[in-house]
Amino acid sequence: MTSRRALAIGGVVAAACVLAWLLFVGLPRWYGAPATGRAADAPATAPTPPGRKIKARLYYVSADGTRLTTVERDVAYGEGTVQQGREIITAQIAPTAEPLVSAVPPGTALRALFISDRGTAYVDLTGAAASAHAGGALNELLTVYTIVNALTSNLPAVTAVQILVDGKEVDTLAGHVDLRRPLAKDLGWVQ
Amino acid sequence: MNLRALSLFILVVVVNGIQGQPLSPAAPLTVLSKEGRRPLAVTLVGDQEFVALDDLAVLFQLTVREETLGAITVSYKGKTIVLTTDQALASVAGKLISLPAAPVRSGRRSLVPVEFISRALTTVYDTRLDLRKPSHLLVVGDLRVPRVTIRYEALGTGARLTIDAAPRAASVVSQENDRLAIKFDADALDVALPQIPAQGLIQAVRVADAVSIAVDLGPRFGAFRATAQPLDAASRLTIDVVAAQTDTSSPGSPASPSPGSPGSPTAAPSAAPLPDLSGVGQSASAIRTIAIDPGHGGDDTGVVGSGGTKEKDLTLAVARRVKAAIEGRLGIRVLLTRDEDKKVPLDDRSAAANNNKADLFLGLHASASLRRGTTGAAIFYAAFDKDAEDKARASLGTERLPTFTGGSRDIELLTWDLAQIRHVDRSEQLAHLLEQQFHDRVPLSPHPVERAPLHVLESANMPAVIVEIGYLTNVDQEKQLTANEFQNTLVQAIVDAIVKFRDALDADRGTR
Repeated sequence: MTSRRALAIGGVVAAACVLAWLLFVGLPRWYGAPATGRAADAPATAPTPPGRKIKARLYYVSADGTRLTTVERDVAYGEGTVQQGREIITAQIAPTAEPLVSAVPPGTALRALFISDRGTAYVDLTGAAASAHAGGALNELLTVYTIVNALTSNLPAVTAVQILVDGKEVDTLAGHVDLRRPLAKDLGWVQ
Repeated sequence: MNLRALSLFILVVVVNGIQGQPLSPAAPLTVLSKEGRRPLAVTLVGDQEFVALDDLAVLFQLTVREETLGAITVSYKGKTIVLTTDQALASVAGKLISLPAAPVRSGRRSLVPVEFISRALTTVYDTRLDLRKPSHLLVVGDLRVPRVTIRYEALGTGARLTIDAAPRAASVVSQENDRLAIKFDADALDVALPQIPAQGLIQAVRVADAVSIAVDLGPRFGAFRATAQPLDAASRLTIDVVAAQTDTSSPGSPASPSPGSPGSPTAAPSAAPLPDLSGVGQSASAIRTIAIDPGHGGDDTGVVGSGGTKEKDLTLAVARRVKAAIEGRLGIRVLLTRDEDKKVPLDDRSAAANNNKADLFLGLHASASLRRGTTGAAIFYAAFDKDAEDKARASLGTERLPTFTGGSRDIELLTWDLAQIRHVDRSEQLAHLLEQQFHDRVPLSPHPVERAPLHVLESANMPAVIVEIGYLTNVDQEKQLTANEFQNTLVQAIVDAIVKFRDALDADRGTR
């Protein structure tokens, strides 16, 4: 009787251990991979694993100055779409060296990035994006579509981008391109 | 015969010779000064107008002395003009001034050509003297006396008066029973009145008082619309007059605006229909008003070239040239969204075009590139994404609103910032016509026609494009853009494109 009781207790303990393993180790291992394209509104709290990179398409001014050209570069991995968007924009607006020329004015920094449920990314840039802009309609288009295309072509969950400056909606950066509405991807500005 | 006797003999011969011509009174000059207006008698000798020196002496406090040997001295505050009765010359401080004729005698009075005032007297007098011979005016001092020229045009069943005042003078138009009164902010007017043919709409245009012009209205008069706009050195007032409603429905009269007619709300028949002023002149051409928008201005300099050229200055200079060329060669009214170095918000620019019912909007800009070698002009027309187009279509509709004069009109409603959507096809057509006319004349970008979401174009309720005339960031092109020769060529190409566009619109309308 005593041995049967001990056997039952041992079975319950073993079952509890298996269940605990399943709950805390097995299931997270089987289902824990990030679901790409579904994390648009997930909070970006997970720390970025050090050194992990993704390949992203970034955009720079073409040699003839009238279009953007695509450059594939390593960009820091971000947990979730929002964090990945921040990493992409940070890489896109970082200072460049010849032969790359960035259409984003020097000194521009990312203040914040949010993504709505409908897939519209709001990219909040510092004032240099407008105040340091050299002007010209085409030049301004290249600046705007550098940001728009960098997000929409690397993050399928992002369908449109609205640029903000210093936390506010703006009409334009330099007097030409309408920024009052989100803009969709337009690869017509890319060679 | 001694020298004095010889001189007297010559003088007698000359004076007799002149006196042989008949002297007749002519229309007097009107002298305008702060003290008011007074007449100055004019005598006609042959076809030359003369004024008496003693009249001038009274008017301007001059001292006139007849010296020996036929010399006449005219003095004012220590300065002297010397005249000789046999010479068409005056001498002031040793400097000779030519006159159209020598002084003449009329009884005991000496007469001098009226040009003596503007050529000689003005050099010694301490107040500005402005002789306006064609209008028989002599303006003394800094009075505001604009030259007012009035043109009359018959347009379909309507008529247009174009009234230019130079230098600029603001004016107010009001209707008083059977006449329109146009009152100018001026001290007096220098008016050239037009001949008005009999047509029953406008009977006459006349001077009402010192600062007002009256337009006498005929029995066919229905309504009028007045539009003011600044020109380079003048102000222009355009008054469109249409016949009363019973007249506009006669066969052959211009119809109400065609569907999609640029810039005007569509007026549907209503219980008490008003004469449709937007139809005035429509029979003449589909383009009656063009808005030109010189980019940037004020503290918004736009692109600055390495040579210091500012986009805001360049666009204004080119815009003024385009305006002069269009008005001078095509007779189309041109509105500049800014005619000085000031900042104008983008919405105000398209609003100016919309409110003045412009039929075409032409923005002028210069380009910048981060690649210094980039050159060439490009023409932009508006782009909208699908969501915006759907939104615009959803917002289109009409609403019946009351008018000032009673009754009501159906007003077409559409979202302000999407007004361009229904004109995009025409805008694209205009862009390609500009590209064709620029070809071989103006260096073009590798992408000469571009479609882009440009703010100022989106609210324009008419075909609209922006011409980026070239790159100020390219050293050679900066020099080219500021050169007269290039600007003349550019302006000619733009005017030629507008002519082609107008012809295309007129042809389409004719086949509709």
